[in-house]
Amino acid sequence: MTIVRDPREAGRDRHQDRDPDQDEAFKRDLLSALPHLRAFARGLCGRPDFADDLVQETAIKAWAARDRFTPDTSMRAWTFTILRNHYLSELRRSRRQVDYDPEAVERLLTMKADQEEPLHLADMDRALQKISPERREALLLVGASGFTYEEAAQISECALGTMKSRVARARAELSALLDPEAATIDVPRG
Amino acid sequence: MEFVLNQPPGTDDRKRRPRSSSATRDGPQPGWADGLRKLYNSVLHEPLPDSFDDLLKKLDRADDDRP
Repeated sequence: MTIVRDPREAGRDRHQDRDPDQDEAFKRDLLSALPHLRAFARGLCGRPDFADDLVQETAIKAWAARDRFTPDTSMRAWTFTILRNHYLSELRRSRRQVDYDPEAVERLLTMKADQEEPLHLADMDRALQKISPERREALLLVGASGFTYEEAAQISECALGTMKSRVARARAELSALLDPEAATIDVPRG
Repeated sequence: MEFVLNQPPGTDDRKRRPRSSSATRDGPQPGWADGLRKLYNSVLHEPLPDSFDDLLKKLDRADDDRP
């Protein structure tokens, strides 16, 4: 049984006793996590505008639930958990994944990426969006964000073995998509 | 849908050791592994867009909205 918890409801009346310095420290940590949240969200959903919406909504949820954050622990891991749960909730609610526009992403990457690598990054992004959300998330956490398998499993709320399996499968899928000659699995390029 | 907001155990930044970019315990990395990190880092190092300017105000407003 799961419960939808409104962070504003959860935080009501409980923040009144908080030390303002503690809140400022929390806010600093939260703001410093924003670039990481943007990168994670962009990788998850492939849409810059949707990703930034997710990050802002995550920041507001995190702020409202700040009583539950343990000081001196990883703000990044904590907020990543909030973001991925919010993302999955949004996917179920509105099926926004069908809005993914690979051509728009490619144009953006071509404009912003290093001159010598725009196509490579666009290919990478396209391939990333073709694998399942669970595997994409696993690969982003372990292969890009630098979390350990254990930390990634905690963020994704799955068993360690499940996380390892997701990463391995994601790697095999991406290899097949991006380097089909070297991969043992023949997956046609879409 | 549950928003799990409790701190995941064992995710203390103080205990985090820097990890090398490509040589991991998993052995050789495929050629695209660096591309994945570059894609991630390309967003990580972007300046925050203007839409984030109001975020601090939104956080304060979230407190003010409480009855």
